[in-house]
Amino acid sequence: MTAQTKSLPLARSKARENLGRNWYKFSRNPMSIVGLITVSLVVFLAVFAPLVAPHPKHASAFVDFANASRSPCRTYPFGTDVVGRDILSRIFFGFRFSLVMGVVVLALVVPPGVTLGLIAGYNQGTWLDTVIMRITDIFLAVPPLVLALAICSVLTPNLFNAMIAVSLMWWPWYTRLVYGLASTLRNEFFVNSAEAIGASEAHIIFREILPNCISPIFTKMSLDMGWVILIGSSLSFVGLGVQPPRPGLGTMVADGARYLPDQWWISVFPALAIVVIVLGFNLLGDGLRDMFAAEEV
Amino acid sequence: MKTMAFIARRVVHSIFVLFGLSLVIFTISRIMPGDPARMAVGARAPQWVVDNLREQMHLNDPLYAQYYYWLRDALHGDFGISLVTRRPVADDIKEFFPATFELALFAGIIMGGAGILLGTVSARHKDKWIDNVVRVISYLGVVTPSFVFAILFLLLFGMTLNWMPTMGRISTGLSRPSVVTGLITIDALLAGDLAVFFDALWHLILPGIALAMGGLAQEARITRSTMSDNLTKDYIASERSLGIPEKVIMRKFLLKPSLIPTISILGLDFAATLGSAFLVELIFNWPGISRYGINAMLRKDLNAIAAVIMILGVVFIIVNILVDLVVAQLDPRIRLAPGRGE
Repeated sequence: MTAQTKSLPLARSKARENLGRNWYKFSRNPMSIVGLITVSLVVFLAVFAPLVAPHPKHASAFVDFANASRSPCRTYPFGTDVVGRDILSRIFFGFRFSLVMGVVVLALVVPPGVTLGLIAGYNQGTWLDTVIMRITDIFLAVPPLVLALAICSVLTPNLFNAMIAVSLMWWPWYTRLVYGLASTLRNEFFVNSAEAIGASEAHIIFREILPNCISPIFTKMSLDMGWVILIGSSLSFVGLGVQPPRPGLGTMVADGARYLPDQWWISVFPALAIVVIVLGFNLLGDGLRDMFAAEEV
Repeated sequence: MKTMAFIARRVVHSIFVLFGLSLVIFTISRIMPGDPARMAVGARAPQWVVDNLREQMHLNDPLYAQYYYWLRDALHGDFGISLVTRRPVADDIKEFFPATFELALFAGIIMGGAGILLGTVSARHKDKWIDNVVRVISYLGVVTPSFVFAILFLLLFGMTLNWMPTMGRISTGLSRPSVVTGLITIDALLAGDLAVFFDALWHLILPGIALAMGGLAQEARITRSTMSDNLTKDYIASERSLGIPEKVIMRKFLLKPSLIPTISILGLDFAATLGSAFLVELIFNWPGISRYGINAMLRKDLNAIAAVIMILGVVFIIVNILVDLVVAQLDPRIRLAPGRGE
């Protein structure tokens, strides 16, 4: 039996106390708060884009040549593109694609990546370990962007296939992370005692080892949201991700690049939006890392 | 002796990884819908031409046989004909690879040099204003995609201020030096042509820095953290107590152990550079293998895609072995340890 199942009310008040302490640790670094606010704001703008965007119609195929290529002004704070669509509104809708990309890729990647890492780490030194870790080596032998580009290129270019391609490249990072953790945890007393009372391998891996890997996994997920969004925007930039007229941030940067330097706002603002979103998730992830690391000491 | 065994182990491991990579690439190239032979000759070619080509390309054989033929040819440096340029892919690669290598090398030098410099300064003046400046720079460097840097640099220094060239490897008026290494800067130096050397270097600066920024930031962060960790170690305190000047301590005793993690990461960042080069080369119209690869990908030119990825994989692995050797040279604990040196 694990210690968690003993008495529930006590556990709950403990949990609340921990939450308070963790929040204190997290909030001591102002940059973590900046990250949290940035991410919350991006999520808010993405979810409520149709309500908060000044020109929601401009999110897809929309043409208003009378207002084409306007430089930033009061009606169009970030200017308009060559067919007269408001850049700011399109950025809000672009956040949607970026966030969906990040969430879907992590949802596809984390369970198999973590499971393989747990299996390999727990069975360290056996053929299972060798097979799994050698396969991850293969996928880590090429920059993820390159293989993702290659996979995208043979499929029909769209957001769905871009997510599949990035997912195929991303799981080894989780396998490697969890492998390192699991291969040290397997020698801990609580694992040995579970083995001694005849617990199944599934129980040991998922009930004994996994709960102790949660904080690093969680931290990595927060950081990876940023990286996946970055790779997604890179794919969109070369035309293998979100397809026009939909407003992918990378797609918008690529569209605008043709009109540099005169209509600089068309690509510069979406580019800065990518930086903001990646920065937000990074600050948040670093805050979580500090919080968890302090807890382990 | 130990080093030889170390290299041998790494080479065996690398061959395995490359073999696996070739399987992955082959799989990718076969999941594509459509008939590669039909795509090669175009929609208007008569059916018998397609049939002949299918036979020639071994497309009627079972998959494992196709893989065998593909791997056999690839090992002989034959990656087939590019559907776009209509030339052997190997020739294309030979032509375009040096440009990318030159760019990545330049970026790697900036990354290592500037990263270590910034990290050292930061660690020495910990929590002073300069440390904070470096921290902000490195944060922005890490989170900004290289293509965003490329576009901003292009706009600012290339187009608005007109300081820098915005495309290609060399100005149109100048003629390329005779090809020895394929790296224009080196070739120009060998030919003694300083004008071309500086022109080529000038062209390298914007795309090189755009590529280097991400890695540079990482290097600075890691150098700072290892160095400030090491600064609190006992051996530094005892050296200080002996009255050894701070500069000597920094240079002779602190730098070497502090650089080990930085150099390991530099290898990974160099590899990432090869990936980011795909976008940066596109923006600066750099005639390298990455721009070639992107065009191949956009046109579903399978032979070229497979070759480009394979070459990048090989380069990545060679770089990592070299990095491991350098690290082993710096760190006796790794050099002398039994088992896998990773």
